[in-house]
Formats: sequence, C-alpha cells, structure tokens
Amino acid sequence: MIDLLGIPPQALFGQLLLGLINGAFYAILSLGLAIIFGLLNIINFAHGAQYMLGALVSWMLLNYLGINYWWALLLVPIIVGFTGVVLERVLISRLYHLDHLYGLLLTFGLALIIQGFARNYYGISGLPYTIPSQLAGGQNLGFMFLPNYRGWVVVASLAVCITTWFVIEKTKLGAYLRAATENPSLVGAFGINVPRMITLTYGFGVALAAFAGVLAAPIYSVNPNMGADLIIVVFAVVVIGGMGSILGSILTGFGLGLVEGLTRVFYPEGSAVVIFVIMALVLLVKPAGLFGRTA
Amino acid sequence: MAEAALATERPATAASAAPLLTVRGLEAWYGESHVLHGIDLDVRSGEVVTLLGRNGAGKTTTLKSIMGMLPKRKGSVVFEGKELMHLPARHIAKAGIAICPEERGVFASLSVQENLMLPPKVRDGGLSVPQIFELFPNLKERLSSQGTKLSGGEQQMLAIGRILRTGANLLLLDEPTEGLAPVIVQQIGHTIARLKKEGFTIVLVEQNFHFASSVADRHYIVEQGRTVDMIENSELDANMDKLHAYLGV
Repeated sequence: MIDLLGIPPQALFGQLLLGLINGAFYAILSLGLAIIFGLLNIINFAHGAQYMLGALVSWMLLNYLGINYWWALLLVPIIVGFTGVVLERVLISRLYHLDHLYGLLLTFGLALIIQGFARNYYGISGLPYTIPSQLAGGQNLGFMFLPNYRGWVVVASLAVCITTWFVIEKTKLGAYLRAATENPSLVGAFGINVPRMITLTYGFGVALAAFAGVLAAPIYSVNPNMGADLIIVVFAVVVIGGMGSILGSILTGFGLGLVEGLTRVFYPEGSAVVIFVIMALVLLVKPAGLFGRTA
Repeated sequence: MAEAALATERPATAASAAPLLTVRGLEAWYGESHVLHGIDLDVRSGEVVTLLGRNGAGKTTTLKSIMGMLPKRKGSVVFEGKELMHLPARHIAKAGIAICPEERGVFASLSVQENLMLPPKVRDGGLSVPQIFELFPNLKERLSSQGTKLSGGEQQMLAIGRILRTGANLLLLDEPTEGLAPVIVQQIGHTIARLKKEGFTIVLVEQNFHFASSVADRHYIVEQGRTVDMIENSELDANMDKLHAYLGV
C-alpha cells in the first residue's frame, strides 16, 4: 500500500482512529461541562471525578452484582446522575449568588474527595473491565484494523452528542433551557420551574460524564485518576469551543481529538501540548471561543 | 391593524368595581438597598392603570415585586382574592399575571416562533397564535428569524404577543413605548386599547405621559418608592399643574 506523506496508511489511520476515540470522550465530557456552565454558571471541576465514578460504578455493578456492560450503560448514568442531583440540591445550589470562583473551589474539593475515596478503597493500579463479548474482535478494512469496541465508542458518542444537541436546539424543553441560560428570572416569571430545571440539568451533565465513564471502562483500566488526567484537556476543549456552546463542544471535541491524532503521527513530541497551543491561539484571536457568543 | 373582534373566551367588560389586584404597603430590596418603601394600588378588572414617576422612582421595581421577581419584599399583594406575597414568580404566573419587561426580554438564542411559544399556557382564555398575528402581522413574516434580529418595535410586539397566549388576565407592561418610533407607539396604543376592550386588565409603567393619558383609566404617581397620589384620567386636565410638579416636566 502507498505511503501518505511518507507515513504508512496503517499508522496514519490507526492514529486517526485513536484521535477519534479520544475526541469522542472529549466531546461527551465537554458537552456535559458546557450544558452545566451554560445554565448554572458553575465550572464543574468534579466532572472528571464523575466520569471516573461512571467507570468505577460499572465495574462495581459487574463484579458485585453481576450486572453486565449493556445494563451498566443504562443504569450507571442514572445512578451517578442521581448523585449529581443530590450534590446540586445540597451543596451547589447554595453558591449561585456568589462569584464563579466558589463553585470552582467546591467542585474541585468534591473531585478530590471522590478520587480520594476511590483511591483508598480500590488502589491506583487500575481495575480491568472486559470488553463485552458482542464487541470483541475487529474488522480489517484493508487500510487499517478497526477494533469493534472502539468503533462502537465512536458511534455511541456521536449518537449521544447528536441526540443531546437535537433536544437542546430543536425541542420545547431545549428552548426553556436556552432561555433560562439567558434570563432565568424572566423564564421563572413565565411560570416555568427554573430551580428544578437547573437541578435536572446538572444531573444530566453528570450522567453524560458517567456514560463516558462506562464507555471508557473497557478501553482504559478503571483508575481513580483517569478523570483527573483527562479533565484538564477537556477544559481546554470547552474553552476552544466556547464556554456554554453545545455545538462548539461537540465539533471541537471530535476535531481536537483528530488534530491530536495527526500530531502524534507527524510530530509525536507535540501531541501532548497541541491542544493547549490551539487554546492559547484561540484565546488570543477569539476570546469567546470558536463557537462562543460574545456578550 | 385589523379591527375585527378577537374571539377570546374572555368576557369583554368595562372596568368592574371589585379590585382584581390589591397592593398594600409593598416594600422591596435589591440586595441591601431598600428601594420600595410603601406602594399601595387597587386595580379593578378591565382597567388600564399607569404608574407614573421620575426615573428611579420605583415603577419597574413595583412591577417586578408584584411578579415575585425580587428575592426580598414585604407587604401584601392580593390577586383575585389570593395572597401572592410568599409565592415564587412561577406560581404568580400560574395565578394569571404576566409581565412584559422593560428590556423586552426577547431571547437571542431563540427564534421568533420559539420566543412566541415559550411561556406556557396558565389558564384558558388566552389569544391563539392566529389572533396574535392579527394584532401583530409583522411577527408572522419573521417567525424563523432570531428573536433579537427584529427591529425594536417588532421585539416589543413579540414581547407583548407572547404573554397574550398564556391566558393571564392581568398584564404588567413596563415601558412598552420606550425608544420606539411614533408610528409604532401609535400601534402599541391601539393594541392596548384593543386588549382593554377584550377584557384584559393592564398595569402600565410609562415615561411617555401623553401616551399614558391616551390609554389609561387612572394614574398612580410613584415617588421615592411610594405611591403619593392617584389621579383619574377624566380629572387629568384639572390636575395638570400637580402632575407637572410630580413628574418635573
């Protein structure tokens, strides 16, 4: 097979696939962050820990209760999303009248607590989660080998992102959400229960993180630090896409995953920093982000 | 503007004697700032009542307080015999009061259609969408536009139109003519007269005194967070000097 720019296609497409998978996780996680920031004005630093919690709870369901991957995909977002609802009601809702910094500090503290508990009870060596038998193996596409599970992760992430975008941009519920993001006081004066909408939105954002955690469990070993490692990059993705922009988060998530993959092929030393370089450039040229609206 | 009657289930009545809204000793705060010091109002069903006063007198705050949009307030707001003081804004909306805010509150991230359909119906008797288009034909042409891409007059029509859908029978309109061209002001005036004829009750905050006098039954004067006087529209000419003193015109 012919090399592309001196790179064997197997290596190029392999890295692009890896980039696409990373992009899938960036997209779901940054989508959750964007939704939460949009309505709550809270920078949810606990998002990485909640993603880890998704992976850990799916491991616990499998090992303690024998509940398989497919049920975990359904149950874990509900369980972890419910913990988000409780957190919002009990703690986060007390901060809305304060500066953003307090929300950031609270959620950062929560992340440390959640990760600390996981480290204390499950160690840091990582817990294995087997790929479900239906998705074992892979397909030889000629120019590359595509593991079935990785293909599934991309498809599932895209499906969740597009569904979420559709609900927010094209439905009445989404219109309430967008309106409440702009002017919650007026939306409340129209007879809509904004506090309940805020609680459920936080729960939904957390559920998205947990869903990503379940998808990640069979790829990466379930590790207390898996969220902490990822969340910094995800914040960079959110800043590049534009804080609070739904479409921006999705497109930027997948796009930056691919850019990272390409960088790994052509300039491997730069792959760890390329996203942050792009973030710095975007902040200089378009501070509101590529898809963000200026005030 | 079409002059055919809007076929609502609302009885088109003249102002009745029983007060629909009674406000007594209303006080309100923005944070630590004590802004309202005692507002007293009676609004009868089918009336158009204006709140007149200088800038910063507390007119907008009065509307927001009636609507429950301020966190700290005290006094009494009774609507249709029900005390609203301890209810959040969403329950006050469901009781049948709707507000059109001073800044119009048209949402930039929503299309005209989404803005129009946003407030849920709280009771029967609201206008249907075709009836709203009959009042404001411009909106029909711009349904898919972004809400804030409309002209100032169209945004005002949208802000009024969307609350007519809800079935609320008390409308709080905050400076609906502010910054609009005379021809649009005239159109808003016709609309208010038409809504009054249809039986809507309206509390109107207005800087444009000439506009207020053309649509209102009575005028309350607000000074430094208090209602200091009430003038019947029919007695306006006899009280013009007093009014000029209040308003500083």
